[in-house]
Amino acid sequence: MAHSGPPIRLFQNWSAKLAATPMILTALVVFIGCSLWTVVYSFTNSRLLPRLDFVGLAQYERLWSTPRWQVSIENLAIYGILALVLTLAIGFLLAVLLDQKIRFEDGFRTIILFPYALSFIVTGVVWQWILNPDFGLQHIIRGMGFSGFTFDPLNNPDLVIVALLAAGIWQGAGLTTVIMLAGLRGIDEDVWKASRVDGIPAWKTYLFIILPMMKPVFATCIVLISAGIIKLYDLVVALTRGGPGIASEVPAKYVYDYMFGNQNLGQGFAASTMMLAAVLAIIIPFALFRMGRKRHV
Amino acid sequence: MQNISMRRLLAGAALTILPFGAMAADLEVTHWWTSGGEAAAVQELARIFEEQTEHSWVDGAIAGSGSTARPIMVSRIIGGDPMGATQFNHGLQAQELVEAGLMQDLTEVAEANGWRDSINPVSLLDACTFEGRVYCAPLNIHSPQWMWTSLAAFEKAGIEPATNWEELKAAAPALREAGILPLAQGMQGWQTALLLYAMISGIGGADFYNQVFAERNEDALNSDTLKNIFAEYAIARDLASGGNLSDWNMATNRIIEGTAAAQVMGDWAQGEFALAGKTAGTDYGCHIGLGGEPVIATGGDAIYFPVNDDEAVTEAQRALAQVILSEEAQVAFNAAKGSLPVRGDIDLAEVNECTQAGLETLKAGNTIPTIDLVMSSDSRGQIEDLTAEFFGSSLSAEDAHARFVQIVQSEM
Repeated sequence: MAHSGPPIRLFQNWSAKLAATPMILTALVVFIGCSLWTVVYSFTNSRLLPRLDFVGLAQYERLWSTPRWQVSIENLAIYGILALVLTLAIGFLLAVLLDQKIRFEDGFRTIILFPYALSFIVTGVVWQWILNPDFGLQHIIRGMGFSGFTFDPLNNPDLVIVALLAAGIWQGAGLTTVIMLAGLRGIDEDVWKASRVDGIPAWKTYLFIILPMMKPVFATCIVLISAGIIKLYDLVVALTRGGPGIASEVPAKYVYDYMFGNQNLGQGFAASTMMLAAVLAIIIPFALFRMGRKRHV
Repeated sequence: MQNISMRRLLAGAALTILPFGAMAADLEVTHWWTSGGEAAAVQELARIFEEQTEHSWVDGAIAGSGSTARPIMVSRIIGGDPMGATQFNHGLQAQELVEAGLMQDLTEVAEANGWRDSINPVSLLDACTFEGRVYCAPLNIHSPQWMWTSLAAFEKAGIEPATNWEELKAAAPALREAGILPLAQGMQGWQTALLLYAMISGIGGADFYNQVFAERNEDALNSDTLKNIFAEYAIARDLASGGNLSDWNMATNRIIEGTAAAQVMGDWAQGEFALAGKTAGTDYGCHIGLGGEPVIATGGDAIYFPVNDDEAVTEAQRALAQVILSEEAQVAFNAAKGSLPVRGDIDLAEVNECTQAGLETLKAGNTIPTIDLVMSSDSRGQIEDLTAEFFGSSLSAEDAHARFVQIVQSEM
């Protein structure tokens, strides 16, 4: 036979590879190329326009000595952890409640998912009104006779993160609920029958049997929620503008304000590089872990 | 009947012919004049522009303050989608855009109309000039160093209206007792910084202001005067506590309503008073430099014209530059906005006592450079962050002073 050696791997499936080329180029140029460009310019003292005038780590030194950046990181950490845990918990709980074969399930599902259809800007404005001490929640509860009631998180630097969390979770929990509900419906009926035969109470079944079976659903939810947390910006702008003072600043807002508002690109790039580093610090170990597992299987 | 339809026909015919005769263009003008008084002023300018030229004004108002609008404007110009004309404040905000050759050269228009002779103070034209060429048309003069007081609020508390900072401090307990907020202060960074700048020039005086910001003199920065100003600044934080205000016009509204006694804000607040039908002297009082040193910064707005490849637009840009400095536009725009005209040769017959006080200060030459002229946007942003943090926390006056000095010194 004339056939010699194995076929060259590069040319296998060439039509599929050709079709993927534009996307690969986009990924290389737009995502990786622009990210590298940003990292390079974060070592310069670019002001309004990018300039290749290197100043070493000066931008980073300034960044980490700026109280506003420290507050931003702290806020993101608090918001991130609480939003992730609470959204998952509330989402799962609501999904379990909806799963009880209740009447008007469609109606409830729509109501719960509805906030997700609103943009963060609208969410922010809505919650600004709800939390306004003169018109909103505080006013209503005082009107019911509790005249000493005080709840004014938007003007209290210690509580403002609660306002952000409330609005963020109100907006995001619906999607988690729906995904979880789909996950619950995907569980085989036989699992339920078996647990009922064994006399296991429903809450135990949910917690120890159903929950572990829903790992992939949780993974999807975590990825979606985390992406929302890292890019948290518009909600802050609409709800608090970073205030009172700098109490609710977040990293993305720092990047935007320095790049455009304060005309200091170098500082903004340094901050965005730190955000990129934070994302990579989570993604790379995760990706390595997944790849390692695939090889073993 | 027939007469009317005939005239309409002729008018229609005239309209179709017009564009061929003259190069009429739609000129998009972006700005952040969105509060009531500001919007009224910009409408005046648009009306005069459309009356005096064949071009039409396309309004590109961007809601929010300058810090929201400027990034949008800059990115449009850099990104190759320039508007016809755009507002910036006098100073360094647009300098890099000029250096990069992105702004229209207006030197011919300026020379033909004798801008150098008519603009007062001439430093405004200098702020538009780069390497001997003129790149912007100054429109108005705004001074931030004003304290506005609500006479009704003082009356309600049963005390004499405060005419300076010390009197306001003394009146604060009586005002609080009457349920009146002594100082209405918006909690956004630019407003808290504005208060600090006004205190530095009002309490420290013009020379001290220059030493701090223009010369960045180490002795002045570490002087007791500045430390004392920060102590006063901490008192201002107490006077403003419980206000829960953010936008400046909300704070001004508290003065108009009489539920707050005083606000330190630029003279653009006058536009809000005028719109609410309030009169200077009987409804509200105005005190330059918080009633201390009567010096004002001659900042304000200038219109820049980004370079364009459309000849008709370029034509319209030159026409607008000419209109902006015309007497009619200067009077109409500035009367509605509460600002001062940039031309020294205009007779403002009917101005109220606040504008009069501003004009006299200007004529006497008691002026200081605006913060835009002496500090970069970057340092200003840091000062704004610092003051916003100060107002939203219990940061001590000493720490705030130390960090302020550090920011100003790193500018060098």
